[in-house]
Amino acid sequence: MIDFSIIVDHWDMYMQGFGNTVKASLLALLGSLLLGIVIAVFRIAPVRLLNWLGAAYVEFIRNIPLILVVFVFFFGLPALGVRLDSFTAGTLGLTVYTAAFIAEVIRAGILAVPKGQMEAARSSGLTYLQAMRYVILPQAIKIVIPPLGNQFINLVKNSSVLGVIAGLDLMYFGDLISSETFVTFDVYIFVAVFYLVLTVPLSLGVGFLERRLARSR
Amino acid sequence: MKLKNVWKKMMGIGLVAMLSATMLVGCSGGTETGGENKEKETSTTESNTLEKIKERGKLVVGVKYDLNLFGLKDPKTGEVEGFDIDIAKGLAKKILGDENKIELKEVTSKTRIPMLNNGEIDAIIATMTITEERKKEVDFSDVYFMAGQSLLVKKDSKINGLKDIKKGVTVLTAKGSTSAQNIREKAPEATVLEFENYAEAFTALKAGQGDALTTDNALLYGMAKQDPNYRVVDETFTEEPYGIAVRKGDKEFLQVINEYLKEIKESGEYDKIYEKWIGEKPKQ
Repeated sequence: MIDFSIIVDHWDMYMQGFGNTVKASLLALLGSLLLGIVIAVFRIAPVRLLNWLGAAYVEFIRNIPLILVVFVFFFGLPALGVRLDSFTAGTLGLTVYTAAFIAEVIRAGILAVPKGQMEAARSSGLTYLQAMRYVILPQAIKIVIPPLGNQFINLVKNSSVLGVIAGLDLMYFGDLISSETFVTFDVYIFVAVFYLVLTVPLSLGVGFLERRLARSR
Repeated sequence: MKLKNVWKKMMGIGLVAMLSATMLVGCSGGTETGGENKEKETSTTESNTLEKIKERGKLVVGVKYDLNLFGLKDPKTGEVEGFDIDIAKGLAKKILGDENKIELKEVTSKTRIPMLNNGEIDAIIATMTITEERKKEVDFSDVYFMAGQSLLVKKDSKINGLKDIKKGVTVLTAKGSTSAQNIREKAPEATVLEFENYAEAFTALKAGQGDALTTDNALLYGMAKQDPNYRVVDETFTEEPYGIAVRKGDKEFLQVINEYLKEIKESGEYDKIYEKWIGEKPKQ
């Protein structure tokens, strides 16, 4: 059976880790959404150079393991004189990594809006940016929400990468508790429960939005 | 990321299940292979190891193959080199008159005592800490290396020992190590960050993510040798005396080993070996 004394004895550590995981997830979620939108717009903007920059970002970041992106921020940047603490480096790495996926989701959403919409908006006198802002994006958002929710759930789980660079998150404390008590399974069961506390509501929320949007369409 | 360990476990369980299944099949098939010559060489049980060594004309020593400075196999040359190896070669010279009359066998912390007790090796010289627990299973020589937990810091660091590990100082180490527990006990004010392994902790130290790295000095000397911008502080705050282990009751052999250790310490040979690998003179 599961040994509940583990969670009772190490409640402080679990809570500290949980708090930091929530913090890292929220920051990275916000950051990657903004960065992802910018990159998606880069990729479809009618400017060659921007297309190229956006594509380079996505292809480069998306195709290397998350942990290496985080290593660049934690171990690599100090060589350039920029020193970030574990938490910041981890959260930044997570943001940069997730943004590549979010950019692809949003790009797909925008491209899924029929071409005629943009043409109609432009011919009615709107500038490219105005057409994007008032015609295309509102439609794209509906299409994008379910896959975006997936990315956010992945992001919460991926935040466990902080544990590797001593980022004081749930996984880090899980490792510490496990090495202190020599108990592995039970310790990580509780870690999993804490992740579920975050991801299940997120998942349900996305499902709810999806159903509502399906109706409104 | 750390689910890796859980995975390993699950895979392990799966493997075990598969293996036992194949074994069952094998047994029911009635084929019996191997296992017959296993006991061909009945090992020495009595305390005549010394004679045995002289008879066969070579000393068989269990050493580590994977520990920088103490026993490391050079992948290019295939040679095993290190502090322990030099000590072992000297012992071969003492007993047989030739330091090349030696056979090195790789041991790990797990295999060394069983290998010694079943006669595969004559002695263990493999950074083995003398403990009361182990004394029940083997006999130890005098201490041949005094290891202990210490600190690795930047050359120009103001940290010179445990007393300088105060509030606001960040100490790096590896997850799950006794070093982590020790430093938390001895310097409760300091921030301790634990990494996946010592290589990562050292990288973090080099990246300026902490002020000191703590573990056994034997490991720290290896890091300091690799990057001369770092040094090991003089103080050790735990004691890990390394000894040479022989089979229990192997008195004659043990006596020769202790004589040998005393001789090389007096002749300065020990200091030479120490300096060659550790990069500085032994303390005291």
